Amino acid sequence: MSNRDALSSLQAQVCKAFETQSPLAIVGSDSKSFLGTADEGTPLSTAGHRGVVSYEPEELVLTARAGTPLDELEALLTEKRQMLAFEPPRFAPGATLGGTIACGLSGPRAPYCGTARDFVLGTRILNGRGEYLRFGGEVMKNVAGYDISRLMTGACGTLGILLEISLKVLPMPERELTLVRDASASDAIELMNRWAGLPIALSATCHTDERLYLRLSGPEAAVGEASKRIGGDSMVEGENNFWLKLREHTLEFFNRPESLWRISLPSATPPLALTGAWLTEWGGAQRWLLSDEDGAHISEIVAKAGGHALSFRAGSKAPEASDPPPLSSPMLSIHRRLKQAFDPAGILNPGRLLLGS
Amino acid sequence: MMNPTAEKACPWDPTAADREHLLAELRQCLPADSVLGDPEALAPYECDGLSVYRRLPLAVVLPETVAQVQTIMRLCARFKVPVVARGAGTGLSGGALPLADGVLLSLAKFTRILELNPLERWARVEPGVRNIVISETAAEYGLYYAPDPSSQIACTIGGNVAENSGGVHCLKYGLTVHNILALGIITAEGEYITIGGLAPHSPGYDLLALFTGSEGMLGVIVDVTVKLLPIPEYAQVLLAGFPSLGAAGNAVGRIIAKGIIPAGLEMMDQAATRAAEDFVHAGYPMDAAAILLCELDGVEAEVRAQADSVRGILESCGADHLQTAVDESERMRLWAGRKAAFPAVGRISPDYYCMDGTIPRRHLAEVLERISQLSEEYGLPVVNVFHAGDGNLHPLILFDANREGELTQAEALGGQILEVCVEMGGTITGEHGVGIEKLNQMCVQFPEAELCQFHAVKKAFDADGLLNPGKAVPTLHRCAEFGAMHVHRGKLPFPELERF
Repeated sequence: MSNRDALSSLQAQVCKAFETQSPLAIVGSDSKSFLGTADEGTPLSTAGHRGVVSYEPEELVLTARAGTPLDELEALLTEKRQMLAFEPPRFAPGATLGGTIACGLSGPRAPYCGTARDFVLGTRILNGRGEYLRFGGEVMKNVAGYDISRLMTGACGTLGILLEISLKVLPMPERELTLVRDASASDAIELMNRWAGLPIALSATCHTDERLYLRLSGPEAAVGEASKRIGGDSMVEGENNFWLKLREHTLEFFNRPESLWRISLPSATPPLALTGAWLTEWGGAQRWLLSDEDGAHISEIVAKAGGHALSFRAGSKAPEASDPPPLSSPMLSIHRRLKQAFDPAGILNPGRLLLGS
Repeated sequence: MMNPTAEKACPWDPTAADREHLLAELRQCLPADSVLGDPEALAPYECDGLSVYRRLPLAVVLPETVAQVQTIMRLCARFKVPVVARGAGTGLSGGALPLADGVLLSLAKFTRILELNPLERWARVEPGVRNIVISETAAEYGLYYAPDPSSQIACTIGGNVAENSGGVHCLKYGLTVHNILALGIITAEGEYITIGGLAPHSPGYDLLALFTGSEGMLGVIVDVTVKLLPIPEYAQVLLAGFPSLGAAGNAVGRIIAKGIIPAGLEMMDQAATRAAEDFVHAGYPMDAAAILLCELDGVEAEVRAQADSVRGILESCGADHLQTAVDESERMRLWAGRKAAFPAVGRISPDYYCMDGTIPRRHLAEVLERISQLSEEYGLPVVNVFHAGDGNLHPLILFDANREGELTQAEALGGQILEVCVEMGGTITGEHGVGIEKLNQMCVQFPEAELCQFHAVKKAFDADGLLNPGKAVPTLHRCAEFGAMHVHRGKLPFPELERF
């Protein structure tokens, strides 16, 4: 583990890019470059800006530089029996905190505990003028100024370069138990939703290949009580690995040649009529579709059901062209003006989050 | 009555004829009883919960439909008239204080629950729905809306979103920002936009987070979709009395380090405890330097097991009074004291001024010591009520507004307390918002570049600066003046002058 403060060098690079109006492509460990469109611009690496700045287990707050690998953070948290409750996926070794927050991706626990943005308390960033700015802080409740830190989450670096992030962390549950049962997709969706309405210690749900998996987390007594009420076989062998593999997309399901789509839906939406292999998680709200169907067709069917589809990984056939986000015209102009407010020269990750002009 | 100086943030500077013209136009496009212009009718809207600041607006409008809100916003955009949106007016930072030449847009008539989906666990409601009504309505499905600000019987969900309201349960269940799914917004130009949604990962930026707590500066909220959670099956509350504030603070850290996240974890100092006990007879130990209330919820076996652990921690941290509510009525009684803390303080002092700083909890003892020094310096008693789990302090400064200069002194003391919070790595407001009240302290918490970035964000939504101008984010000019004034620390030049 090494700590390094690369602020001055990063700031100098951004200031120069602002003056010369030359685009920058922000890179952490490059673990998620498959997402979205290709980078344009000179690479700007945040990997050298790394290390934990502070960790106060009694306050449930951790602050680290953007280039810190998630594995290092989790090792530190594990020592105190705490965790990043949104279970961020890595997708490749070396994934950094900055990339994780910039992409805003969360794992199986998210619908029950919160997504990445729910845990962000504060950030230090460089905006597109190279100004070093601090928003939020290291306290749970803070309503001074606009919530810029959460706005940065999932903005893919287009509004600022994340330098330091403060996160709320949570205690690890005393006990975890996975239950499995046979279920059709529509029964599974119904059950996931009904269970989420009961005061039980639910922490993850997944349906794939006619099997429904359900994770309970919490104090021993709460997990025991919930498993009694819900029933099903408890899964002992490789229990943790199942959720880890789901998070990392290394379950057998993901090992196919078709394009992978992330389908977001209101959680109780019945199974959609789209050809392909499905895996449903997040209580029904996040579904993965492996399919060679036409992208426009997929988007249309999903939109009709009140959701949206994202081409997550291109399959072995033709890669999907990424479309601009489907935003209404007033929303699109707000997005453009917001981008302009942080990055007037348009130099930060111009290839990401296509807003047009 | 104080008459705060407005920061001139927009070009509208109407003559009497302009004012009449605007009123006439408003009356033309809204039902007659939806436009108020007479001083008598305007009076109930002159202030919010921070009643030391009062001002009559040019007009109050009470639309009933989203289309009417759009019409009002378009009209105001055409006239370049500033608009202040208002819910129930229970806010504590003057965020809904009207502008003399502005329109006050009340959302009080938007009181319908539009849709409730028990299977997907959400409700879509109009902004004027009171916080507690959502939970009351959802109760038949075993669900509730978690954020519970102390004003929940009166405050409305639109205002909760605008302020990112918290409550006693937010350590475990989160703030408003964690408990909403979507918003319908009317922009400064009168356009309707939807942000967030029932499906996760809405395309584009996380505007839902940006809007929550934005104090009416970015748009007018016209509908809110909230998350509903299953009602916990069982709750238990423990009361502990400590011989020192430090010991009580230590116990809070130890409970959390043990891996227990209580549903509520509240602390009161001796003065607050005594005031509350005298008022509601909750059974609090009057001789304790501080008391802690710790609520645990979940299934019964889990709560009982956690209560055992918490009792052990409280004892080992030196609690000399320990009590576990044996039944629901005792639990309610123990909470009644805490919930009545503010009115109880109201009984022992003609006026009090409630502060809202948040600090990293480990600095609690030091911050309370500094507050006590400041309290002596200013000669005004301070009583402390504290959302201990999340570090949110509510020091209540006791004063008498009828004594000349005391309000000014109370405000100056409050400002200094907030500055101590910033110095300790905390913030000037945990849940009440900046409003008009804490503009000066924003200059302490944020350097110029951050303030400029905030102004740029506002401009992206509101190019003409018509939405609640002069609130939440100070101008650089104001900060420069405050900085110059600030050098004297507590001993302001010309103390006889009113300062805002």
